[in-house]
Amino acid sequence: MTIQFNEETFRDDYSFYNSDWAIKRFPFPFHEDSYMYSVNMEQHRGGPKGSVYEMRFDVDEHYVSEMRDRAMVLADDPLRCQSLPHMTLAGWDLLELIMVSKSEDYPDLFELHRDGNQWRWINKPLGIDDTFTFMDETTLPYGPMEYITRQAQGDFCVLDQRDEMLWMDAGMVTTQADWSLDFDIGMNFFEWHAPVPLAHEMGIFKRALKFLLNIQQGAPARRLNWTMTVNPLLDTSPENYHKWGIQKTTLTPENIGSKQHLRVELQSFFRLPRSNALVFPIRCYLCSFQDLMTVPKWGRRLHRVVRDLPVELATYKGFIDNRPMMLDYLEQFDDGLPTSRGVFPDLETEPPLTKA
Amino acid sequence: MSKFQFPESIKSRPVYGTLEPRPGKAHLMIADAEGAEAILDLAAQDASLMAHAHIIYIPKGTDFGDKLRALNPAQYYEGPSYDASVQRLRHVLANAHQGLQVYLTGTEGLMGQAQNEAMQAGIPHTSIQTEHRGSVARRMQCVHCKGITEDVMTDPFVCSHCGLNLFVRDHYSRRLAAYQGVCIDAEDPGNVPEPKELYT
Repeated sequence: MTIQFNEETFRDDYSFYNSDWAIKRFPFPFHEDSYMYSVNMEQHRGGPKGSVYEMRFDVDEHYVSEMRDRAMVLADDPLRCQSLPHMTLAGWDLLELIMVSKSEDYPDLFELHRDGNQWRWINKPLGIDDTFTFMDETTLPYGPMEYITRQAQGDFCVLDQRDEMLWMDAGMVTTQADWSLDFDIGMNFFEWHAPVPLAHEMGIFKRALKFLLNIQQGAPARRLNWTMTVNPLLDTSPENYHKWGIQKTTLTPENIGSKQHLRVELQSFFRLPRSNALVFPIRCYLCSFQDLMTVPKWGRRLHRVVRDLPVELATYKGFIDNRPMMLDYLEQFDDGLPTSRGVFPDLETEPPLTKA
Repeated sequence: MSKFQFPESIKSRPVYGTLEPRPGKAHLMIADAEGAEAILDLAAQDASLMAHAHIIYIPKGTDFGDKLRALNPAQYYEGPSYDASVQRLRHVLANAHQGLQVYLTGTEGLMGQAQNEAMQAGIPHTSIQTEHRGSVARRMQCVHCKGITEDVMTDPFVCSHCGLNLFVRDHYSRRLAAYQGVCIDAEDPGNVPEPKELYT
């Protein structure tokens, strides 16, 4: 399939949109009518054809515009991409992983030609054709991690593993749900998750760490996480919170369907071969409430999840003030019928909305 | 008493202990203000440390200097500010040998910055002893402009660089030796609560 790339923005006039194709493959994160934290990890070895789980690094219609937005964020604030000095080898590992994966999974879009250490990388959507020497930083315009993650959707955290612990020692972070790489770089797994409520007490992070430390080469894993964002803003960073925070107050009953977005992170985890580091891509997908409501099952379920979410979680995810307005909107799409298990839309088998 | 019991907090917030004598070939003790009292307590437990001790002390307006000097450390330095002492501190750490014990005491800002220097010299933070004494003021980084405001005593406070009103988080970076300050009125500009003294 050839992807038609959208011409769109994630700031100012917010011309971002999802096609019908993108809505139906949206990674809806709730497999049942309620939500609580869990490690919810599964193997990342493909998924249904056409779904966001199928490829190792999903490329979709937003690719070109997202990469343009990333370049703008980096121009404004180069500290969004940092790598501590011992992480360069892991950067090369990551470059190799992404180039090999993309050229195998999307041969019509990406090509990698290797002759020993002489590599030629062709990225057709972005118009890049570069020849360089693998493991020689002087032959690339950026460090290896920055070079390849300027061409890959989603944030990337590269975690060093030592002393039975993971350390946030490098990353490219421009589409984050309100955390700062510049502040958190160098922290261990428990420290960078410190501000998350409830999950520490539930033992979530201890179990997750144990799992992640044991991820093996060739056996990546994935999970979903989610939050809410007003306007399709990728850069919901703490750095710029004093600029975008006010947008949360612009919701009205009239515009909530188009302005309020469910923000889903497809998080995956890959062991890197030379460095033994772990790369943690965090891919952000946005979908407006009104687009989500075109899938009857998701309409019913989203209402129930948002309604029943514990106050601490709604506060941490930053929508406690807007929750009543969200519920007024979502309630119209919940007719009380049961929903099928699992995250997929099940459009053929789920009944249409029976509420006027 | 200059000791303060910090409330339980999140996992990135540093936890301080009580300095205890540990066997070592050399002992580097860095203190500011009431941190001097922790060093006096340490010397009272084991006076023999002082023969191989280097004390770096920033009085910050207190008058413990004579008492520290009277411990007869192998080296004693009193500086007018932490910043003024940093070059000396780096030199000492760069020339340190295996078997050095590091003791940090006083304000969180002093301990955090000195710990960061020691870490950069290759000493794991877990092997550095710390004991909080004196002021509970915090060293805060503004997440927006990245500027550091020293000795913050209230929540919220005004960033000394960009002027935004920031609330004080417990999220702490060892690399920056600072807590994170985040704009408090981003969603309701101008609605800034009356500053309250920390821990009150």
